[in-house]
Amino acid sequence: MSDVANNRISGIWSGGAKAKILAPFLTAGYPSLDATVALLRDFERRGVRLCEIGIPFSDPIADGPVIQASFTETLEKGLKLSQVFAAIRQYREQGGQLALACMISYSIVFRHGVKQFLADAKSAGFDGMIVPDLPLEEAKTFEPLASSAGLANIMLIAPTTPAERRVEIARHSRGFIYYMSIAGITGERDRLPEATISAVQELKRETATPVCVGFGISNAATVASICQVADGAIVGSAIVRRITEAKAKPLAEIVGHVGAFVGELLKGVE
Amino acid sequence: MTTSKFSHMPVGGYFGPYGGQFVPETLMAALHQLETQYRSALADEAFTRELDRCYREIAGRPSELYFAKRLTEHCGGAQIFLKREDMNHTGAHKINNTLGQALLTLRMGKKRVIAETGAGQHGVATATVAAVFGLKCDVYMGSEDIRRQALNVFRMKLMGANVVPVTSGQCTLKDALNEAMRDWMGSVEHTHYIIGSVAGPAPFPEMVREFQSCIGRESRRQMLETVGRLPDVLVACVGGGSNAAGMFAPMIDDAQVAMVGVEAGGRGTKLGDHAATLTAGSPGVLHGAKSYVLQDPDGQTALVHSVSAGLDYPGVGPEHSYWKDTGRVHYTTCTDNAAIDALVLLSRTEGIIPALESSHAVSEALRLAPTLGKDKIILVCLSGRGDKDANEVAEILKRRGE
Ligand SMILES: Cc1ncc(COP(=O)(O)O)c(C=O)c1O
Repeated sequence: MSDVANNRISGIWSGGAKAKILAPFLTAGYPSLDATVALLRDFERRGVRLCEIGIPFSDPIADGPVIQASFTETLEKGLKLSQVFAAIRQYREQGGQLALACMISYSIVFRHGVKQFLADAKSAGFDGMIVPDLPLEEAKTFEPLASSAGLANIMLIAPTTPAERRVEIARHSRGFIYYMSIAGITGERDRLPEATISAVQELKRETATPVCVGFGISNAATVASICQVADGAIVGSAIVRRITEAKAKPLAEIVGHVGAFVGELLKGVE
Repeated sequence: MTTSKFSHMPVGGYFGPYGGQFVPETLMAALHQLETQYRSALADEAFTRELDRCYREIAGRPSELYFAKRLTEHCGGAQIFLKREDMNHTGAHKINNTLGQALLTLRMGKKRVIAETGAGQHGVATATVAAVFGLKCDVYMGSEDIRRQALNVFRMKLMGANVVPVTSGQCTLKDALNEAMRDWMGSVEHTHYIIGSVAGPAPFPEMVREFQSCIGRESRRQMLETVGRLPDVLVACVGGGSNAAGMFAPMIDDAQVAMVGVEAGGRGTKLGDHAATLTAGSPGVLHGAKSYVLQDPDGQTALVHSVSAGLDYPGVGPEHSYWKDTGRVHYTTCTDNAAIDALVLLSRTEGIIPALESSHAVSEALRLAPTLGKDKIILVCLSGRGDKDANEVAEILKRRGE
């Protein structure tokens, strides 16, 4: 447990710090692992503190078309989990300090063996786990294993989650709580539902654990308005789409294009 | 409920170590609602009476038990009986399940249903109940299956359903299921997802088995009435496993009845050339449940192949995984070619053109019969009829020079 309390994710808000964060999402290995590592460095230089790394899966259920396409393309090139871990290790060895959350389907975790997977993820340099297809019932045995491996198990709450269950999930979530602003798949929306703000406010009253909001956030204005009530905004499809736009170009141009967009988004939390 | 060594009632959504609910939190409220409504419906006499009426008046149940005399003579061994699910309205066992779930949809006050389909039989059965009960209906179907099951696509459209082509992955059943799940993520408040097999998160595996159990309950009664005893062996094909579960479950405690599930052996034993999940796979998580899965070592779902669109699936219902591990059911495979041979033979000896899926079960019965004495009885679940496969089979036979 102490490991988790001290890790890079918990560190962002430790001692009651009122940090507001922008958490970009990257598909591991898209369009290459070199690009993933270069983007992490660029984000860090710009002031990002936490990044989500999505592990490509053949059968994603929660991901929209943009992220799904990035998964498919990456898997077609033959990306293996061990290569992702090696790239993250490389990023750490070169001094990378971003808090990193590994977003992954439980299908992959289970196949590798839960304990083995957690040990490998931790030693590679991850700080937390986001397993979207592992709801409360199934997570109750997973969370202590993650904690003892030194990984925060970040749990998700949906707009469809009933009030009582929301409190129970909040109680089991480590690092922060991932509030999904939309009942649906990931993907860009211009604006978020009005209900999101009040739902997050309610959740904030129920828990001391930080709350980050994701699904559908695509611009700095939304980041700013969400961060008036939440502790952070997670941006996925909008970033992956920028990678897709630039992916055929040289690495430096990909980083420039995507980095500039993240720089734009960061204005929402300044 | 009777207590059984093979646990008819899953514990907390689990059959032994298999099952569970590995889905995004967004869907959990709907699964809880479904579970509550399903339990209360089963205990509600008005619901079961209405379901019985639908089975009778819409599906045309009970389906016949048929002694395949000429096929039996041809094989020269055990007597082969067929449970004629092919005679059901819409041509397969799938209607049993969609009737049950449509009534639940009405009970939950939802106005729209969605479904995934491979062979198109489940899609047709869903489109049918949507028309009967005035529900809006979207059916997800892989573009490859749309090609090979054109007749069923037309039937669905004719009945007012919208067929949504799925072009991700292998463009077959697994991908259609992904897309239906994604739809449900965003539509769960007003939409019920009618899963077509005993797969998916709890309570689907148990619920679909229950709605399909009319197959085994009728068979049990019909055997006792016509022959005076239960069969020695049950044979059913296994895609997701719903016709097999519906046939097996009501006789699972009859220890004298052996059971064989037949998976798609495809064109070979290499990963990617078949869909023999229980025979060649290993425990994993796919589409919301822990069960046997065909995966690569990294946890990615493997490619699968079968001549039959309804068996072309890399997963299987969790209860089958449990039955496999406990040894209650034996699982085997039948190749594409052997299935085609069985289809031709049944057509010629009995005037019954079986679905390609069901032909896998017929083929296993042909193999078994000569190894058993003439006093033995094999009961095959003939899950569907072959009209939908006519074009595909014609092409294959032409290629084989027949
Ligand atoms: C006639 C028929 N039999 C069998 C199947 C396989 O499904 P299950 O294993 O769920 O019975 C299908 C699926 O489409 C089918 O159409």
